[in-house]
Amino acid sequence: MPSTVALSVTRYRPEEESEPTRQTYEVPYRKDWVVLDALNYVKDKLDGSLSFRWSCRMGVCGSCGMMVNGEPKLTCAAFLSDYFPGPIRVDPLQYFPIVRDLVVDITDFIKRLKRVKPWIIWKEEKPLAEGEYRQTPDQLDIYKQFSMCINCMLCYAACPVYGLEPGFAGPAAIALAQRYNLDSRDTGALERLDILSEKNGIWDCTFVGECTKVCPENVDPAGAIQQYKLTSAAHWFKSFLLPWGTK
Amino acid sequence: MDVLSCDVLVVGGGAAGLRAAITAAETNPKLAVAVISKVYPMRSHTVSAEGGAAAVIKPEDSLDEHAYDTISGGDWLCDQDAVEAFVKEAPAEMLQLEHWGCPWSREPDGRVAVRPFGGMKVERTWFAADKTGFHMLHTLFQTTLKYEAIERYDECFVTKLLVEEGRCRGVVAIELASGKILAITAKAVILATGGCGRVFPFTTNGAIKTGDGMALAYRAGVPLKDMEFIQYHPTGLPFTGILITEAARAEGGWLLNKYGYRYLQDYDLGRPEPKPVLRSMELGPRDRLSQAFVKEQEKGRTLEGPYGDYVHLDIRHLGEKLIDKKLPFVRELCRKYVNVDPVKELIPVRTVVHYMMGGVHTGILGATPLPGLYAAGEVACVSINGANRLGSNSLTECLVFGARAGRAAAAFAAQQKESNPAVFAQARDEERRLKESFLRKIGGKERIATLREEMQKIMEACAGIYRTGADLQQAAQDLPRLQDRFHDLSLDDRSYTFNTELTAALELSFMLDVAESMVHSALARRESRGSHQRTDFPQRDDNNFLAHSLAYRVPDGPPRIDYVPVTITRWPPGQRIYGK
Repeated sequence: MPSTVALSVTRYRPEEESEPTRQTYEVPYRKDWVVLDALNYVKDKLDGSLSFRWSCRMGVCGSCGMMVNGEPKLTCAAFLSDYFPGPIRVDPLQYFPIVRDLVVDITDFIKRLKRVKPWIIWKEEKPLAEGEYRQTPDQLDIYKQFSMCINCMLCYAACPVYGLEPGFAGPAAIALAQRYNLDSRDTGALERLDILSEKNGIWDCTFVGECTKVCPENVDPAGAIQQYKLTSAAHWFKSFLLPWGTK
Repeated sequence: MDVLSCDVLVVGGGAAGLRAAITAAETNPKLAVAVISKVYPMRSHTVSAEGGAAAVIKPEDSLDEHAYDTISGGDWLCDQDAVEAFVKEAPAEMLQLEHWGCPWSREPDGRVAVRPFGGMKVERTWFAADKTGFHMLHTLFQTTLKYEAIERYDECFVTKLLVEEGRCRGVVAIELASGKILAITAKAVILATGGCGRVFPFTTNGAIKTGDGMALAYRAGVPLKDMEFIQYHPTGLPFTGILITEAARAEGGWLLNKYGYRYLQDYDLGRPEPKPVLRSMELGPRDRLSQAFVKEQEKGRTLEGPYGDYVHLDIRHLGEKLIDKKLPFVRELCRKYVNVDPVKELIPVRTVVHYMMGGVHTGILGATPLPGLYAAGEVACVSINGANRLGSNSLTECLVFGARAGRAAAAFAAQQKESNPAVFAQARDEERRLKESFLRKIGGKERIATLREEMQKIMEACAGIYRTGADLQQAAQDLPRLQDRFHDLSLDDRSYTFNTELTAALELSFMLDVAESMVHSALARRESRGSHQRTDFPQRDDNNFLAHSLAYRVPDGPPRIDYVPVTITRWPPGQRIYGK
């Protein structure tokens, strides 16, 4: 049994080359290692110029998402043993501009995040002296799943619509909007509905569901988008019958 | 070089930094507030905190009980005025997070639920299942987005504090995407960069925890306080060091040696009961539990694995339903990283470097001795944690002292005038240094990873759970050699675009400085207290060491170690009693 595995990695150094290229590294094969460990082996021992993001190495900081053999993955949770004997192809997340090697530009997502107003909107915040807003475990369960998003961007790299329509708000941002809409403390659903109903909001989604399949946290962004479409359609219909109410 | 300015600049975008930024913006809406971080804020290491955050909320609890648990847990090295302020302000800070949308776990009637935690006599730890830090961080980050006054410099790496005429006036940073040098002037700077677990080879800490803020302050002449106090968490997964939260024991988990015996009963931590007992056995403080692991190891009663000795954490008796409801992340991590389902199997765990009680010297308002420089969170040492932090106090500390630093910095900034142009000359010098020492350097043969691994080996050997003067002396001789070799570093990467080899080199140089302060502080403290156990001085010595160490950087020599007395208000030093 060979004790090494080949990593074929995208290289792109914009100061030196106009197009991305590939480079292959032989790394030790260890069954406890994840792809991120192999990348760190390259960086530490073979080639310090390979660039990628990472931090927690436990699937919660959301930094180390890449394409592994064509699929969006957290490289800290992608075990070499699942790809053995290789070669393992590691690329930057697709549909994002590449900054350098395996690092992609996510500033577009960060801007989008702010547009969906991902914070509690109260009519008026009650004083802290009055204590907490009561929220039963059942009320918590309604939105909890959508609050688990780690912003790892895998759903964007899986979303064919984001690939074609870069203006599309995208799965994680919509799921986050829904996380607040469904929170019993929040009264901002209508404000968010206006934002998401406009061009490039939710209507671009063709419901292929790839986002939900790749989500490492089982957030189910496709479900959030579907719920949103129903709410939005109902609202549009009701607006002919009823004056605007709150949620 | 780009020149930018703001009123209050927060370095670091974790819980402490974001809380400080929001408070500064709310204290004085006229101020321009900025958060600069080497990562996007939601990547900050707060994200990895699991178990919970302590604050008195239930009628059966009291502020004095929280204070006493904290002070006795810290082996009387906590400043009691700081602890009193901390426990008093903690509930409102936690409620504020609730109002901002943090998905706290709840009681059936909708009130916030609390769980037991190590060293706490009353249940007071708020939690969001077992991803508390993740939820707090994302709630804070998302909430900052509504403040127009808060600007962010994401993925910008701070290399130096600008100090002119005895005042901190901003920072120099590298914008990672472009490699551009930024000189950002500010009327007040708040350090909130977290800890430095990466100084050690085996840690729960993420890759970004490299002591940046500690080293930045140290180099600017600010002392580092109590750096010898390093917390080993008793339950990390072998190889990865992934944290298995104390909440697993708080919910009723047991620590077992290789004979299946609850060995903590042999270490003055109480009697084994089937249900968890507060301040007893598995709910003892972390320092005592980690010391018990070493003693078990010496007796040959731990298990041997490919990644070192370990013991077992048993949560099988809690049942699948409770585990999935309150410890789902523990189950997910165990299945993924050690191929064990804790519903049916034992979890292998070992002690692992987790937290720095020490840090940048601040007073209770968050101010450092350098005017204009503030610090909060793990980077700072107020000190509420003394010689051993209790689990679930640190997330709350980020909020309480983040807010305090934000308020103090905002008040200070409002009184200051624009910066002296002399700082730009400093910034240009720093730009030149970065080029000459790294990007345009000729020659050199050392690799970053080699030096980093050697530093980690030295630190593990000398600054473990038990220390000796001889080992620390050896480390004090070895570390300067690494500093020398650092000057012979050679980078493979000379690019300006997202050069992570350059940042790794700068991080290594920060860590070498921080390591030096730890070794010399530990060498000078000739007593045993909390997490600092000297086998050559096994007793606590209140006559000589009821004091905080302060390590001052000395160019071309070992740091100067000084002491300031501990502030005692109402709880005179006593014995730490657990399991009674």
